[in-house]
Amino acid sequence: MQAPAPSSGYPFTLAGQTLLALGSGALWWPDRRLLCVSDLHLGKSERFARRGGAPLPPYETRDTLMRLHRDIEDYQPGIVVCLGDSFDDTAAAQGLDDEDRLWITRLQAGRRWVWIEGNHDPGPVDLGGTHLAELPQPPLCFRHIADPAQSGEISGHYHPKAAIRTRVRTISRPCFLIDGDRVILPAFGTYTGGLRSSDAVLDTLMRPEALAVLTGPTPRPMPMPR
Amino acid sequence: MMRDLPDQIETWFSARGWTIHPHQRDMLERAPDPATLLIAPTGGGKTMAGFLPTLAELAAHGHDGLHTIYVSPLKALAADIKRNLTRPVEDMGLAIRIEDRTGDTSYSAKRRQRADPPHILLTTPESLALLISYEDAPRIFAGLQRIVIDEIHALADSKRGDQLMLALSRVQALAPGLRRVGLSATVDDPDAIARLMARHPDRCEIVQADPGPDPDISMLNTDQAPPWAGGGAAYAIPAVLEQVKRHKTTLIFHNTRAQAEIFFHKLWLQNDEGLPIGIHHGSLSRAQREKVEQAMVAGDLRAIICTGSLDLGIDWGDVDLVIQVGAPKNVKRLIQRIGRANHRYNAPSKALLVPANRFEVVECVAALEAAKAHDLDGEPRGPGPLDVLCQHILIAACAGPFDADALFAEVTSAGAYATLTRADFDTCLEFCATGGYALRAYDRWQRLQQRADGMWQLRDPRAAALIRQNIGTIQDTDTLKVRMKGRGGAPLGEVEEGFAASLTPGDTFLIGGQVVRYESLREMTVEVSRNRGREPKVAVFNGTKFATSTQLSQRILAMFAQPDWPQLPAHTADWLALQRQVSRLPQAGRLLIETFPHEGRDYLCAYGFAGRNAQATLGLILTKRMEEMALDPLGFVATDYATLIWGLERVTDPTPLFDRAALREGLETWLAGNAVMKRTFRASATIAGLIQRSFQGQRKSGRQATFSSDILYDTLAKYDPDHLMLRITRDEAMRGLVDFGRIEDMLDRIDGRIDHIRLDRLSPLSAPLFLEPGRVPVQGAGQERLLAEETERLLTEAGLA
Repeated sequence: MQAPAPSSGYPFTLAGQTLLALGSGALWWPDRRLLCVSDLHLGKSERFARRGGAPLPPYETRDTLMRLHRDIEDYQPGIVVCLGDSFDDTAAAQGLDDEDRLWITRLQAGRRWVWIEGNHDPGPVDLGGTHLAELPQPPLCFRHIADPAQSGEISGHYHPKAAIRTRVRTISRPCFLIDGDRVILPAFGTYTGGLRSSDAVLDTLMRPEALAVLTGPTPRPMPMPR
Repeated sequence: MMRDLPDQIETWFSARGWTIHPHQRDMLERAPDPATLLIAPTGGGKTMAGFLPTLAELAAHGHDGLHTIYVSPLKALAADIKRNLTRPVEDMGLAIRIEDRTGDTSYSAKRRQRADPPHILLTTPESLALLISYEDAPRIFAGLQRIVIDEIHALADSKRGDQLMLALSRVQALAPGLRRVGLSATVDDPDAIARLMARHPDRCEIVQADPGPDPDISMLNTDQAPPWAGGGAAYAIPAVLEQVKRHKTTLIFHNTRAQAEIFFHKLWLQNDEGLPIGIHHGSLSRAQREKVEQAMVAGDLRAIICTGSLDLGIDWGDVDLVIQVGAPKNVKRLIQRIGRANHRYNAPSKALLVPANRFEVVECVAALEAAKAHDLDGEPRGPGPLDVLCQHILIAACAGPFDADALFAEVTSAGAYATLTRADFDTCLEFCATGGYALRAYDRWQRLQQRADGMWQLRDPRAAALIRQNIGTIQDTDTLKVRMKGRGGAPLGEVEEGFAASLTPGDTFLIGGQVVRYESLREMTVEVSRNRGREPKVAVFNGTKFATSTQLSQRILAMFAQPDWPQLPAHTADWLALQRQVSRLPQAGRLLIETFPHEGRDYLCAYGFAGRNAQATLGLILTKRMEEMALDPLGFVATDYATLIWGLERVTDPTPLFDRAALREGLETWLAGNAVMKRTFRASATIAGLIQRSFQGQRKSGRQATFSSDILYDTLAKYDPDHLMLRITRDEAMRGLVDFGRIEDMLDRIDGRIDHIRLDRLSPLSAPLFLEPGRVPVQGAGQERLLAEETERLLTEAGLA
């Protein structure tokens, strides 16, 4: 099998730090060798079935881990930060099968691993790594939900996406939202939807000059659609 | 043997000086038969023919509980029938309770109906499916004698019909004495409908009522010749207005909502006398539609511009002219449309066809000839679809534990599922129970569990509510409401979500006959403002485009073989003659391919006559093949009769392009990531219960919490390509939007006979294709390039580059 090409990155600065928005939806901080992903929602299909919903194709956990694995291979991070909602709920974390748990353990080997708590997974999980409400890495801080009062902040939660109308068709992709104060990451999980960047809550959070960086083979920056 | 009618009924008829129609008498005679199909024109007392045996039985013997269920495809029709039936029943002095039960019926009324069913229940396929999902279904249906299915021809072509017949198989098991009656308009193959509606292998007698006089159909004569391409028929507006003036009430049918909107808009600009003319289609708000319907019944309107939403049933008052704008594409639908609008029994209906372009002139004349020859078209439907079966299994589970063998026996008593294999049934059962994934999953969280005694049941009884909320096979595309901006802004209707996403503030579009300006998207509502007098910038939302039927296509080819065309207007006959002179006309049993240069590009035009969807699929596969052969195709466009491809290299030998194995292989690779497949998957996965439209009473808003069905499709295609849902999707697409079946039919017909004509310029027959909208650019790295271009432009514009 052909080795996957490293997904290229869109470089920008936040609080004086150079960061890369990767086409995969992950964030790379070269100086700290830190890789950050948000909203993995592992175990979503299991939670859905448990609550009496339809039995969705149970492949989203391995698909999400596969893509995370690729980024870890490409960038060899010293620290991985999962920015909350890593599991669809606490029981879903416990419901992961042995193969997936083993896979996560292998990914964790030889590096620091931080689970930030999210609204879906507020409690600690019995997987390796550190469980934190938020992770300060001055001058930056990692938390699940953006705090409008803070600056130099990396967060997730909203699953932002943006649509762009080209001369042929409208293309909609998950995206990073970036301004001088913060970055909001797209959801990395396979079974995740998106919230349009034009939604009022995102519009209020982001400064007027904010960019949206669309994910895909090459990340593409554009003025954030309002 | 002549059956006597109870006195009350005889008296009622004679008091009005009415006699019972022969076919109504026939239906009374056949009342004890297990299944009867009545074919009768509108206005022929068809509904009364269906109900007379019920009234006779109830008048003679009375009955405890439910006696007859009436099923119609439309809620409005059920309500209409309730009014029209209650009146005579009261006049006859019969103590018969008649109630309707549809999506509009209140919760308390529905509860009461379950506890104490009326004698006659008027309902829809979906409401009946919901009824059989209740635990008390055996009690509700015990003693049921008859079921009357109205407008069965409209259901027989669709999954709604399949669902209804599966529900009937269940009801029949609960009420073994049940007799079935189907009421149908004129159809091409009554036997096919009879097979669908009878319990397999019961016989089903067919009663034919006097069809009445043939409709008087002709083509509208206009001073101006139709344009070479396009679908609007705006050129004919003065002639159409003239016809409206000359008649009392005119229905003007269009093939798509978009065309109806544009036509309405342009017509009003020319309606100098201010004739009262309204518009009616499925995307308008209910209030808007009701307003038009009431005005119509009151006789306040001279014309209504409409689409298929007016196709069924309802009494439209005194319509004396039907105008069909655009080629009818399908003769059966044309005849039914004309017949239904006319509610005067034994008076011929009058209809005019308005071709929208030069080729449609040929199509309209072919349709006229087919109608005169009573040559109706129909495509055989194939076996019952498995997604509907999956939903039926889930519905059965809602009603209580079931035995798989017994359910299989029931299901195969429905005509469409008579050939269902046990293996396919078990696959569907497994899908409902565990999802049926290659990866053993959900051991703990199965949806259905098999008990120790072998019966299947829901693991979590709460799932029943969820399943019930998602009953039905009608696919409403995700739509957004449109309303005027400002507090309490008037609702105007709905547009498809994809169309709304393509709008930017300031864009103008047509809805409900007015040009509006897009302002913003608030929650799930598109806000617009009035924008008088300007041309709309964006056309309108998408509408389904029907493909021309095989029979009609064959008639056109037969017409091309004539030495000359006295039946065609001179402008069209001259055009065909010129084509014959400079190239040749397409022939049945052969495939004509023209190649020619034009404005620096090389063109290939393949006249496959396979219908719009198949010709588009052909375009996609051929351009893919051409790319592999380094012929550098740049794009293509498809119509019902041809595909036009352009590129940078001349195709010297097109024959290898049409190799069946290669086309099939091209299809396989192309299908995998295709948007048509994703759309088809979404529909089937929703019916089969994999995607829930409604979750805990809340309509999915498609936002942050949920993810699109495309993701499920991609995931399945990647990790579980042989999964049942992908198999269903493939089968559906082959018959539906991809329509590969018609490409294969074409290959069978031509059997290698390809005529390649090289020309030094475009041919008369190919010329209209150059004006055809809907050009498809050949993608590749194209999408990424477009994205790069556009994002860079925006950044530069914003001064951020």
